[in-house]
Amino acid sequence: MSALKTNHLGHPRSMFDTGKVIDMKATTSEANTARVKFKCRNVEVFYSGKRALHGVNMDVPDSGVTALIGPSGCGKSTFLRVFNRMNDTIPNARVAGQILMDGQDIYGRDVDPVLLRARVGMVFQKPNPFPKSIFDNVAYGPRIHGLAPRKNDLDNIVEKSLMRAGLWNEVKDRLKEPGTGLSGGQQQRLVIARAIAVSPEVILMDEPASALDPIATAKLEELIDELKEKYCILIVTHSMAQAARVSQKTAFFHLGDLVEYDDTQAIFTNPKDQRTQDYITGRTG
Amino acid sequence: MSAKTKTSIHQTDQALGRLAKRKAKENRFRYAGIAAVVIAMAMLGWLVVSLVGTGYTAFFQHYLTITVTLNESDLDPHGARNADQLRKANYRKVIQQALYSRFPDVTDRRGKRSLFQVVSASGATNQVRQMVYQDPDLVGREITITVPTSDDVDQLLKGHIDRNAPEDLRKVSNQQIEWVDQLVASGELTSNFNWRFLTATDSRDPELAGIAGAVVGSAMALGVAFLLSVPVGVGAAVYLEEFAPKNRLTDFIEININNLAAVPSIVFGLLGLAVFLNFFGLPRSAPLVGGMVLGLMTLPTIIIATRSALRAVSPSIVDGALSLGASHTQAVFHHKVPLAASGILTGSIIGMAQALGETAPLLMIGMVAFVTEIPTSIMEPASALPVQIFLWSDSAERAWAERTSAAIIVLLVVLLSMNAIAIFLRSRLERRW
Repeated sequence: MSALKTNHLGHPRSMFDTGKVIDMKATTSEANTARVKFKCRNVEVFYSGKRALHGVNMDVPDSGVTALIGPSGCGKSTFLRVFNRMNDTIPNARVAGQILMDGQDIYGRDVDPVLLRARVGMVFQKPNPFPKSIFDNVAYGPRIHGLAPRKNDLDNIVEKSLMRAGLWNEVKDRLKEPGTGLSGGQQQRLVIARAIAVSPEVILMDEPASALDPIATAKLEELIDELKEKYCILIVTHSMAQAARVSQKTAFFHLGDLVEYDDTQAIFTNPKDQRTQDYITGRTG
Repeated sequence: MSAKTKTSIHQTDQALGRLAKRKAKENRFRYAGIAAVVIAMAMLGWLVVSLVGTGYTAFFQHYLTITVTLNESDLDPHGARNADQLRKANYRKVIQQALYSRFPDVTDRRGKRSLFQVVSASGATNQVRQMVYQDPDLVGREITITVPTSDDVDQLLKGHIDRNAPEDLRKVSNQQIEWVDQLVASGELTSNFNWRFLTATDSRDPELAGIAGAVVGSAMALGVAFLLSVPVGVGAAVYLEEFAPKNRLTDFIEININNLAAVPSIVFGLLGLAVFLNFFGLPRSAPLVGGMVLGLMTLPTIIIATRSALRAVSPSIVDGALSLGASHTQAVFHHKVPLAASGILTGSIIGMAQALGETAPLLMIGMVAFVTEIPTSIMEPASALPVQIFLWSDSAERAWAERTSAAIIVLLVVLLSMNAIAIFLRSRLERRW
């Protein structure tokens, strides 16, 4: 168990480490074939010096949906915000450890968070369209990144993004109307279209369905199912049923620790840890 | 119901008593609130009624229509129509003779002097001088002119001078009242809208005084204050709120900005006197200096309003922009500032309205001067509306009272319009999400 002393990169492990290394090789054969998008080694997050995440080691596959579940305050949202460095915007928040995206340390000196966020999009818990028209909402990202030098290109990007987000047919006749006038489910899909418009590789979703009714949730899950073909998706969810429905891999967090990380099917049918079992069977959380 | 049925503790008489007490307490609070609103509205109503009640008469003025003869021998004995001569000629005599021929039975010196006091001496003579100066062909002709009456006659006809008071206790003699009544009866003396009040500058004679000079001075000072305080204030607020590091220095700056907002305005006047006039040697009484002082005074108001407007923008919008790869600066200028614009604008306009009503700092930098010309540049001496009100309220003649109130009405109308614009812009610009 030399892995306890150092991780595979040779970094010393934290003394707070839970001692659990979730090794991709130890899981199913499917995981062996998937490329690794993010390698997280000993990731810790501190808010004003208080440790919210305790040395997480986890490999996120390049394809499919990875769900992060766990009771409130377990650190799953904090962990999600590590991937696009949104924690940088919180004063007094500090991230330690290493997160490699395609082998590159995203917290390295040479990485600009602005470019990282163009590669790693995010969808928030509450739909947050800009108080602008539907078109401008989707066009904002391409505009600031200069992705569409001509008006025509921009129209194309907006149309394609809205189509991919399954919203085009509902809004194509009212692109000039404010995005805030849409229903909650439509707003959330608009925000997804907005994220897609900058051509990210990864989409982070922070409880994207928690403010939606069951029908809008079903639509959103359908959309996630389609999007996973093109994007690496990480989703934080409170609903275990949702995690079971949409994800291929599931990570269970508890009190800042990554307790268990495995194929979704394995987690829900045969959890190895007692805490995971208690949570998914509804005894805790 | 049988006696054995259990009654809830919320159904007992004591419980109902407690409920009644609670309701009575809530009702008392409601009535207290209504009473407070009624008192506030009554005071406001009283203010408006008393201002309008005393002020509205100033918008009307009595004028005498009289035929004057412009004798060439009196005005231009050499017949050269020389501009200098036409300006210097004795027009007082022209008016006097017109009055004497209107009332031929007045022959004694005292009677004549008393008769001349019916019209505004300088107002009437200046009016004829101006006409002749502009059109020298009038000399030798007989013209009919309408001139303002003296302020005493005007006040008498407006009922502000008691006709029944003993003669030596009022400013208008019995004989003058008789003449005035005759002139009114014949239709020669009428009341018209007092355009002069809105178009003329300050004067020693109340019947000739107007607020135009003060309004222009105020507008100029306010323009300077706006140009100085809005860009600087908004810029400082955006930087402090969004970009400045949070440390002891910025905390210190923030505390001082808040303190500055509470500094009495006269202190800003002293600062203007010491810095702008004495150190930089800028002209006294100039709207430039007045505007700079008012701008300094408004700065903290605008900074505080802008910061709270920025803080009120939902952080989720900024998160959305950042998550798309917008830089912090882009998130601020593409989303936060536009969404805060209505709040910033409202704060600025309210700050400007405050500055418009400010008197004390202007006294310190000499904008309290008696200025009889409408300023044409921000370097010329000027007065300001609140200072004009202050000056007039201090004057003795009865006619100043109504003019003071009228000037206050004008000031309040301007302030209310500014606030109305602020409300309109807020409702237009405000975007909900």
